[in-house]
Amino acid sequence: MTNAAIQKHNHPAFNEPDVTPALGAEHGLNEDEYNLMLSIIGRAPSFTEFGIFSVMWSEHCSYKSSRLHLKKLPTEAPWVIQGPGENAGVIDIGDNQAAIFKMESHNHPSFIEPYQGAATGVGGIMRDVFTMGARPIANINALRFGSPEHPKTRHLVDGVVSGIAGYGNCMGVPTVGGEVNFHPSYNGNILVNAMTVGIAEHDKIYYARGAGIDQPVVYVGSKTGRDGIHGATMASAEFEEGVEGNRPTVQVGDPFTEKLLLEACLELMSGDAIISIQDMGAAGLTSSAVEIADKGGIGVALDLDLVPQREDMMSPYELMLSESQERMLMIVKPGKEDMARVIFEKWDLDFAVIGRTTKEQRLKINMYGECWCDIPVPPLVDDAPVYDRPQGHYPKPESIDPIAYSIPDGSDLHSVLHTLISCPDMASKRWVWEQYDHLVMGETVAEPGQADAAIVKAPPLSPPQAGGIKGGKALAISSDCTPRYCQADPFEGGKQAVAESYRNLCASGARPMAVTNNLNFGNPEKPDIMSQFVGCVEGIAEACKELHYPVISGNVSLYNETSGEAILPTPVIGGVGLIPDWKKSMSLGFKAPGETIILIGETKGHLGQSLYLREIHGLEKGPPPPVDLKAERWHGEFVRRLIDEELITAAHDISDGGLLCALAEMAMAGNRGATLTIENNDPAFWFGEDQARYIVTTKDPDALLALDECKAFPVMTLGKTTEFDLNLPNGHNISIRELKELSEKWLPAYMAA
Amino acid sequence: MKATVRIMLKKGVLDPQGKAIGGALHGLGFEGVGEVRQGKVIELDVPDGTEEGRIRDMCEKLLANPVIEDYKVELEP
Amino acid sequence: MKTSIILFPGTNREKDMAMALKRVTGHDPALVWHKETDLGTPDLIILPGGFSYGDYLRCGAMAAHSPVMKEVIACAERGTRILGVCNGFQMLIETHLLPGALLKNKTLKFICKHVNLKTENGESEFTSKLGKGSVINVPVAHGEGNYFANDDILHELDDNDRVAFRYCDGNGAVTDEANPNGSTANIAGIMNKRKTILGMMPHPENATQDWQDNKSGLLLFESIVEALA
Repeated sequence: MTNAAIQKHNHPAFNEPDVTPALGAEHGLNEDEYNLMLSIIGRAPSFTEFGIFSVMWSEHCSYKSSRLHLKKLPTEAPWVIQGPGENAGVIDIGDNQAAIFKMESHNHPSFIEPYQGAATGVGGIMRDVFTMGARPIANINALRFGSPEHPKTRHLVDGVVSGIAGYGNCMGVPTVGGEVNFHPSYNGNILVNAMTVGIAEHDKIYYARGAGIDQPVVYVGSKTGRDGIHGATMASAEFEEGVEGNRPTVQVGDPFTEKLLLEACLELMSGDAIISIQDMGAAGLTSSAVEIADKGGIGVALDLDLVPQREDMMSPYELMLSESQERMLMIVKPGKEDMARVIFEKWDLDFAVIGRTTKEQRLKINMYGECWCDIPVPPLVDDAPVYDRPQGHYPKPESIDPIAYSIPDGSDLHSVLHTLISCPDMASKRWVWEQYDHLVMGETVAEPGQADAAIVKAPPLSPPQAGGIKGGKALAISSDCTPRYCQADPFEGGKQAVAESYRNLCASGARPMAVTNNLNFGNPEKPDIMSQFVGCVEGIAEACKELHYPVISGNVSLYNETSGEAILPTPVIGGVGLIPDWKKSMSLGFKAPGETIILIGETKGHLGQSLYLREIHGLEKGPPPPVDLKAERWHGEFVRRLIDEELITAAHDISDGGLLCALAEMAMAGNRGATLTIENNDPAFWFGEDQARYIVTTKDPDALLALDECKAFPVMTLGKTTEFDLNLPNGHNISIRELKELSEKWLPAYMAA
Repeated sequence: MKATVRIMLKKGVLDPQGKAIGGALHGLGFEGVGEVRQGKVIELDVPDGTEEGRIRDMCEKLLANPVIEDYKVELEP
Repeated sequence: MKTSIILFPGTNREKDMAMALKRVTGHDPALVWHKETDLGTPDLIILPGGFSYGDYLRCGAMAAHSPVMKEVIACAERGTRILGVCNGFQMLIETHLLPGALLKNKTLKFICKHVNLKTENGESEFTSKLGKGSVINVPVAHGEGNYFANDDILHELDDNDRVAFRYCDGNGAVTDEANPNGSTANIAGIMNKRKTILGMMPHPENATQDWQDNKSGLLLFESIVEALA
């Protein structure tokens, strides 16, 4: 194959443009990157080759701005089976079982077409997990929308929630929790971060690595169309206002096909036919083929004529870059092709052997009888640029004087509580999660709102076990981030996201095991944004180290800006914890009257960046609450011990809205009241957002308070639970029914307007 | 008068419903059925003399999802 | 008691159903792929929930025409007991084993929540252990569970005591507020004239295990087991 022969295919059949530096710039390759590509190929590249380089070196695939800093994250622990670098991370949960999970963003597509964008995001992350051999058992998602007053917000909320429901419900995987927040910084750039947790047996975990020489390359799933070509590059660029109109390449999700793909893959995986497997996500066939080749230290020769195609006359460029959904690439043991084909045909899915692995580490592509691409594989991955992008000076916020932010005249604790409990960020999200099937599979232990984390049983995979006979392990899952903290102080904000995740799992009775993260930021080429990114990553790293809570998978989403306006830094932490016996899981609602309410952790009254300050005084001001990681760990371990020894009946961490909001949530969840005996009128005490705090209830306060930890840690008795109403010593009598109405009213009323 | 709006997914956009219907027809023994595409038909009663442009406006703003769907307007006097 | 749960492409609540049956019978039910044309002689056939064929075209419509359904209809004619839940109820409607139609929920949204059901017919083999007037709490999870029937059908259902369940409040009052999807006369489940077939939208199988919200769905399965033992 001569160079001239490859180049000649730039134009004739498909009207492909000349490969020039200007075209490189359009596709996100800067001049240095373009020249590096030329020197690697050693001749003028074909359009197909150029497309492959530009997508592999995009921010989305190469992590070129973030890679340097992601190395700072701790990724190892004795229970970690697979850290970052595969389709998802894997941890050991005992009994030869593993939990496999990851979180991933689908921000840009969801803004363009909220239903399909969110749906395909959910589909993509589930595919990442079942590619590894796991049956998905739970989905959660972290959603961030613009201001409720923004004209697009309602439409986006409606579309995203329907899309998540449409895909997850059809797949039969319960969507059990998540977050929904609103802030004007997301007006032009919403965040849709979806997380899937699956379980597999240790000896049935599949990886992208491991392919050898002269093995068949198999394509399964849906046919390839011209969907979402260059989605990976789109996810690596800022939005411009007005671009919404001309986007032809939205991907449409087909959850029905994905359900078939899931069942077919798991059926095939129960045998030993698969050597290596990779789902076709961003950059489709290109990234899956390159990943498999690179990780196996081999090459791949593809015959694209054999790829199942949905449209006529597709070019090699289009086939390699299409992001059609519900497809997988795998390397099958030679001789097992027919056995595999029978399974996929049983499930009415396409199956095609489209090439073979080669000793020479090159990616070669043939189609229409000619060669369109012949490039070395390792540079696509190893020589992808890594940038140490400049950081700005990011000043620490000045502390604030809480005295200056007392409760405004005409308001009191009671009315402030009403305001906070019904504000968009705190109001009940029932309208959202009732659209999600959170019960399918029959293993849901804690439904949304019942506990600090979602709790699902992790049953033996086969055969289905009769329930209720003996205990079984469960997983607790939570997603957390407080972007306003990260904006004020990226390092403390990063720490706090991890700490809150840790607390939510501990309060549910789970041992926090590992996290996945979804790092959503603005344009990293701006020094201030880069400072936010580095600060958050370093904060996450420090917290994860101290809490023995490694990062095993994740996703980075940069360039979340519209017309130069960046989102708040939003490093979402998806945490997974293990509950050895689901019967020892903990919920947050008050259980019965007459129980003693105890606060664990110190209350200094930190009002900086609190919800109180924002909702009552209209200020996002001051430093976020500092995070004492030692206290987080000690208090978390203490709460878990209390749950394990059955000394408490409810547990709830204190976060947004502080102590009084947390008490109100426990009261609403349990439909009980409380009489509080603390004489204090200081809003900083009731609404401050000091960290490392939990509220628990107990039938036996003497036994609890006699524990050594209660002498070592700050512990305070707050009062007792009652039949109705929340009574404060200063005469406030707060109706729980009224609180519930306020909490439940906001979102349905907003969506109906 | 009556306006009829016919909405189909754009050419090239995956139509999962059409695909599944095609598969089921095949399963029932209806051989020779090629590609199946499913769309929507919306009938509107509008004042006599309504311009097609006005209906198209409705399509752009609400009835169709121009990101993934094409539409056709028919007016019956 | 021999039970066959039929699996269609897109079915997703078969495991929930199998767990419920195992709990009451002590053994695993048979899972039967929809391309099977010989069902044997089961005592009970279950059409489980899910999104058969993606719920495309009309919910349950394509499943209703799959090969195994001819056999299911033949079994139904012979009097084999059939339970269709959610998507299974939609299939029973599409095959005309049960009358009426299931439309989109009045909210136009998928809805997953716990509802109360009032047992209207407490004497059937599906409901004998519940008893007339008793209230059970089980979840719904559907987008198209809005039962529609014209007056003729409604009279026929009432006259023959064919309504199994109606949506109600916690005290058993059949009210508009308790109706999650807009169903005619709050109907949640109906039977055929011989009371050998029950179709219902709510999921009794998801209220049978210790970790689930409650276990009031168990009574329905125990009724069937007692009748067919």
